[in-house]
Amino acid sequence: MSPTNVVKPGTKPVQPASNVKTLQIDGKDFSARPEETILDVARQNKIFIPRLCELEGLSDVGACRLCLVEVKGSNKLLPACVTRVYEGMEVTTNSPRLAAYRRMIIELLFTERNHICSVCVSNGHCDLQWMAQKLGLTHVHFPYRYPKANVDASHERFVIDHNRCILCTRCVRVCDEIEGAHVWDVMGRGIDAKVVTDLNEAWGNSETCTSCGKCVHVCPTGALSEKGHAVAEMEKRRHFLPYLTMMRESQE
Amino acid sequence: MNLEELEQIAVTEREAREKVRHEVRVCMAAGCLSCQSQGVKDALTAEVKNRGLEETHKVKGVGCMGLCSEGPLVATSEKQMYKHVASADAAALVNSLDGEPVKRLDCPTDVPFFQRQKKIVLENSGVIDPERIEDYIAEGGYRAIVNALSDMMPQEVISEITTSGLRGRGGAGYPTGLKWSTVSRADGNPKYVICNADEGDPGAFMDRSVLESDPHRVLEGMLIAAYAVGASEGFIYVRAEYPLAIKRLKTAIRQAERLGLLGTNICGTRFSFRIDLRLGAGAFVCGEETALIASVEGKRGTPRPRPPYPAMSGLFGQPTLINNVETYANVPPIIRNGGAWYAEIGTEKSKGTKVFALAGRIENTGLVEVPMGITLRDIVYDIGGGIPEGRKFKAVQTGGPSGGCLPADCLDMPVDYESLAKAGSIMGSGGMIIMDESSCMVDVAKYFMDFCMTESCGKCVPCRVGTYQMHRILSAITNLTATEPDLKMLEELCDLLKNTSLCGLGQSAPNPVVSTLKSFAEEYRAHIHDKKCAAGVCGAHENGGDEKSKPEEKNEARELSEVGA
Amino acid sequence: MKKRLATVWLDGCSGCHMSFLDLDERLIEVAEKADLVYSPLVDIKEFPGDVDVALVEGAVSSEEDLHKIQMIRRKVKTLVSLGDCSVTANVPGMRNAFGVKAVCDRAYTENVTLNPGTPAQVIPRLLPYARPIHEVVNVDVFIPGCPPSADTIYYALTELLEGRQPELSAKTRFGA
Repeated sequence: MSPTNVVKPGTKPVQPASNVKTLQIDGKDFSARPEETILDVARQNKIFIPRLCELEGLSDVGACRLCLVEVKGSNKLLPACVTRVYEGMEVTTNSPRLAAYRRMIIELLFTERNHICSVCVSNGHCDLQWMAQKLGLTHVHFPYRYPKANVDASHERFVIDHNRCILCTRCVRVCDEIEGAHVWDVMGRGIDAKVVTDLNEAWGNSETCTSCGKCVHVCPTGALSEKGHAVAEMEKRRHFLPYLTMMRESQE
Repeated sequence: MNLEELEQIAVTEREAREKVRHEVRVCMAAGCLSCQSQGVKDALTAEVKNRGLEETHKVKGVGCMGLCSEGPLVATSEKQMYKHVASADAAALVNSLDGEPVKRLDCPTDVPFFQRQKKIVLENSGVIDPERIEDYIAEGGYRAIVNALSDMMPQEVISEITTSGLRGRGGAGYPTGLKWSTVSRADGNPKYVICNADEGDPGAFMDRSVLESDPHRVLEGMLIAAYAVGASEGFIYVRAEYPLAIKRLKTAIRQAERLGLLGTNICGTRFSFRIDLRLGAGAFVCGEETALIASVEGKRGTPRPRPPYPAMSGLFGQPTLINNVETYANVPPIIRNGGAWYAEIGTEKSKGTKVFALAGRIENTGLVEVPMGITLRDIVYDIGGGIPEGRKFKAVQTGGPSGGCLPADCLDMPVDYESLAKAGSIMGSGGMIIMDESSCMVDVAKYFMDFCMTESCGKCVPCRVGTYQMHRILSAITNLTATEPDLKMLEELCDLLKNTSLCGLGQSAPNPVVSTLKSFAEEYRAHIHDKKCAAGVCGAHENGGDEKSKPEEKNEARELSEVGA
Repeated sequence: MKKRLATVWLDGCSGCHMSFLDLDERLIEVAEKADLVYSPLVDIKEFPGDVDVALVEGAVSSEEDLHKIQMIRRKVKTLVSLGDCSVTANVPGMRNAFGVKAVCDRAYTENVTLNPGTPAQVIPRLLPYARPIHEVVNVDVFIPGCPPSADTIYYALTELLEGRQPELSAKTRFGA
């Protein structure tokens, strides 16, 4: 507890003049607006919290579970991307326990499909690969699943390789929320879930796809890529996203 | 509709009943219907008609009488029940009405199975015709809502529920009064009331039975809830696999609307409430409240992180009250008799009664309602009649795939929310699967993990991939090919899923494994080290009791054993 | 006492060994600290006993690989998974989704005109899956990368020869 929060007995706590919440992240004091999430505050203050499904400019779904943090007083781990700050909140973004869980989650993602970095268009530019290294992963101790996954290259300009998909649903959200086309969605349950275009039609036959390519560029891995790129050549450009979201909001 | 009019319907109905000398009740719930009780009812009706006894003898289709394993069940009086009745028995049964009972079909009612139950939720089940609103009204139905509308403020309704100590019957046991009061205080208009009838636990059929046997009770519970929290629209989310429940609900809603008990300006007040059905397409995860709400909204049924809780931001972003069928079914009697009356039943923290579906290796499979705090031993041996064929009790699984397996030394534990949680299981919705020594606990754990893996929605990583990995390891153990490191990995995954999954499905998916690892560790060890399954379930066959797993998975397991990994 | 070093080539492209050779003049430095007692680069046929460090490249794909790695594990103190094939099964693992028969048919029957058919002798039989080494035997150190750079190998090797545990996640990654 920071000294400013200590209230002497018998005195009224001083109400802050503005609607500002003060909180601690990893022992340091920060202030934030009440509508902000733990991740917002962390991002503004260059505190690293791992995440894969979250992307600035898209809605948050809390699905990858990498951004789970410890909050004092809560017996559950809370996803930083959707947990709002409150006065006096004490957040721990890293601990041996969190690190172990995060590594296991990344490992599970590697076992789920066929992620072969060395032959991937996104090698060297991949969020999953980067996150694995950042979290200190040198091998996957769970056995691999080796599913038979498809590649849909029917679109004129883009390819989806389901072997590399981590089901973060960024493509689904960007298409729905930013482009407004809602070409992408998820079908199937559990381990059989996969992203589909239209009603599981070939992407090239999609009547709703505007070929804008936003899905390709928000995709964290090599699952979605532009045609004509060889190994390690596919670099994603995402700067447009927060800008588009801001413009959209200012119009509303 | 006011109290006088309601009373008039009840009186008329009761007078009609008095004219009847013999009422023959035939169970028309799913269990008995599936063994041809419709034919029995038709035969009885024809027999009565042929003898010209229609004035004095009435054949009535009723809801579940509880002892499903002995169906079709027929009751000719409060004390006289018949089991395994066939159409051919119709003449004999009609003969018996003014004579001696039919001995060969006799189903004794003075046994613990019936005597030790305490029926609140099921008070009308097996008594009234679920397709006639008048029958429900004659038993005091809709009096609670009509009374509440005329004499009680919404706040008073909530405080009665709070006093009653009623807790959510869907599994988690959240205090119902607190939930209602949160929704009533939440900002936002409109507010919604949802009834969760997406009962999906294997071996559980409590909600189904309530809906099939006494649908009006659920409607009345929702009406009272809607009045209390200030909602004007309600939804019942019922799984499409329950066609009979859906049919009876539809009939009930139509009847209630016709009498002005649903619709606008109910009982001449400003309170309006309508109820719509939404049919679930069979996803277990849609029993989770946020996934259920998404499904009602027409979206893919996946959960979302809470908070915000549905009480603040639920259906279409509005404050939403969501309770389970059995919870609503408890509400009318609480309002009728007062919260204090209800609070006298049960234990200090778990009030009232709970309906359990007994299944598995037990003499009396069926539906029972017992006061909270009764011991597992009483349920299994006294009410349930013990284990058939003189076998030994091994474990009871409560709470379905989210629950745990309790061993014999838990038998004397009282059945309430806290005790079950302390023992590593949960109350759950009320499924109870009894296992004897012929069950292998690893195989049981694998069965539930298979269920969770198949029913995971696929949204969050730990549940989607973790359940697959856990199932893989459990398959290897039951194929007798697993090794010590596999067991360690299994424990790691239990911890991961419990702490990092997005919703209750993933968080509780490890429970069957954790509870069997705790109570039956030696069985796991025997499978792994001695390559033996004491129950003789695992590894004995070519498939190792693993018909569902894919062929390549079997190769994988076999190969692992070859290399001694 | 000089350490006894071995390098092993299972199902891989030998790229990791090429990267090892890229140590260039640093090889001399390594040679001062260790004797290379077994390697595809030297002409010793029998895997000797009492090996301190073994760098293993490649996935476990065939019955021969399996036999070899199990034997090697028994004779080695510190077993190192060198490169993505041994750490993740990598490219050799790309056949796993298809099954051995489909792969062999494609290689030995469908695209062959002279004596088509999967050879039953001489060539070791393929296992149903190409696997990372640690799924078969215990592995002590993992060096991911395709291939790991010479600098990474040099760092890991010098640490190991000095009896220290290298910290590799900062130096290399899958696909590096």
